[in-house]
Amino acid sequence: MRILLPLASVLLVIAAAALAFVASDYRLFQLTMVVVYAVAILGLALVTGFNGQISLGHGAFYAVGAYVTAILMSLYDVPYWATLPVSAVVCAVIGFLIGLPALRLGGLYLALTTFALAVATPQLLKYKLFEGWTGGVQGLTLDKPDPPFGLQINADQWLYLFTLGVGVVLFILAGNLVRGRIGLAMRAIRDHPLAAEATGIDVALFKTRTFAVSAMFTGIAGSLGAIAVGFVAPDSFTVLLSITLFVGLVVGGVASIAGPVFGGVFIAFLPNVAEEISKAAPGAVYGVVLIAFMYLLPSGVAGGLGRLLRRAA
Amino acid sequence: MRKQTWVCAHKAKGEWTDLTDSSRMLSSATCPDPAPGLAEPLLQVAGVVVRFGGIVALGGVSFDVGAGQICGLIGPNGSGKTTLFNCISGIYRPGRGEVRLEGRSLQAVSRHRIVDLGIGRTFQNVALFRSMSVRENMLAGAHHLGHTGFVANALRLPAVRREARSAQGRLDQLLDLLRLREVADTPVGSLPFGTQKRVEMARALIGQPKLLLLDEPAGGLNHSEVDELEGLMRRIRAEFDLSILLVEHHMNLVMRVSDKVVALELGMKIADGTPDQVQNDPQVIRAYLGEPVAAQPAQAAHV
Repeated sequence: MRILLPLASVLLVIAAAALAFVASDYRLFQLTMVVVYAVAILGLALVTGFNGQISLGHGAFYAVGAYVTAILMSLYDVPYWATLPVSAVVCAVIGFLIGLPALRLGGLYLALTTFALAVATPQLLKYKLFEGWTGGVQGLTLDKPDPPFGLQINADQWLYLFTLGVGVVLFILAGNLVRGRIGLAMRAIRDHPLAAEATGIDVALFKTRTFAVSAMFTGIAGSLGAIAVGFVAPDSFTVLLSITLFVGLVVGGVASIAGPVFGGVFIAFLPNVAEEISKAAPGAVYGVVLIAFMYLLPSGVAGGLGRLLRRAA
Repeated sequence: MRKQTWVCAHKAKGEWTDLTDSSRMLSSATCPDPAPGLAEPLLQVAGVVVRFGGIVALGGVSFDVGAGQICGLIGPNGSGKTTLFNCISGIYRPGRGEVRLEGRSLQAVSRHRIVDLGIGRTFQNVALFRSMSVRENMLAGAHHLGHTGFVANALRLPAVRREARSAQGRLDQLLDLLRLREVADTPVGSLPFGTQKRVEMARALIGQPKLLLLDEPAGGLNHSEVDELEGLMRRIRAEFDLSILLVEHHMNLVMRVSDKVVALELGMKIADGTPDQVQNDPQVIRAYLGEPVAAQPAQAAHV
């Protein structure tokens, strides 16, 4: 098992990279969005799945990441790749600041507070004072980056490979984080905060830092998403985005590093699949599939697969 | 009922001598110094007062626990044992008085730093990290021995590997000592209660405490498990060179294993001494059984 899992992951990444050379440009865009969503959900998984702080507002961090990248690219001509670290820092700081009041709010109260954040985000982005930066209701349009080093691939292929590369690095970092001392502390706080404190874990420090790291991951996903879509506007970041990320988290498997990958596939493809099944009521199909998932895989795809693997072993 | 049997057992052995005279001589004031002539005691509870609203949970309790001692803390329900425990582990702050470990006051120490100073604890109703395996619970107990942060862990720097290795030795030792090796990778939530209690003890011990607080370790255990617990406590003290403060209702166990016993009633200390002294103390007997002359033991005895 210990060798099998990393080996499977490496093969999966190689297979995913190979898709760049066989899939159509439209499919490649969809696959890019799978990676983007997977990273966004990974951020949510860290704070909600591993640390037990429910956030229904992660779309807000996604939006901030997207706008940081869009503003830097379109107004300051910063190269797309250089916007990622800036976006990471900005989102981590905002995440930390939101993590402070979150310390006083448990469970559902925190969920509602973060939900309010998600509700407010599109309106803040339209706000007149920021219009010079954000482009107001119109949003900002970005140029598609060209492949570097004279690589003989088209822009969509490059964008997919770039996004995949960043995503793989972020998943490795998150995987390292949760399996060591820090991950144990994060989960201990989720399971029993009082006992966590009695074993020497600084609960306040870990909760705020986890919030910051989580916001950073989801913010980077927002940046990658903005580059991939080539356009940001307030109405791309409504409260529905936050809920969709949450759906992806639960469907994939809450406290799992692999879960967000399945969650990303789910939220990137299900709307299209639902539309193909019923043009009239894709929302209903979406709902039914979601209910079926929760019924058949209550611990998410990752949880179900884990059980299957354990049974086989 | 249980307390009654304890008293009767000693009565049968002839230790239950004259209630009025011999026990008066061994009044609570004559508690022997735990380590005469040596340095100050490991734990000092000095005049601790805790109020909840108008209720006085602890009304000025003082006693010491010496290095290497096993100290039993007894008293009927509501006498303030758990409140006192929570003061020592930093969950409550005494309104007056203070708790000192190795002479250092715990008054201004935040909760998560208590374990750094050398106090580990278990909880009455088992407070484990339920979704985590036995091994993970124990490693979480070693948290304060490590120093690596978010960045070092995300990058899995050599320091992180070093830390993991250094916790491994003690983990292995405790898995064997507490017979947990077979369930090491099982989520604790699915283990029997008795095993969960051992996991909790292991989680406290891996943090290398100087003082181990055990809150009713025998609660819910069967007869042979209680016997095993007694041996375990002695072994732990010997192997890890620590003191144990024990809250326990199982009188037989307390009296067998403790070097000294402190009895509380209604937030006040009523006796403090060797197990023999305390179990013959008239106030202790009254607290548990009611007035001896009143001949109404069932009324005051609590289970």
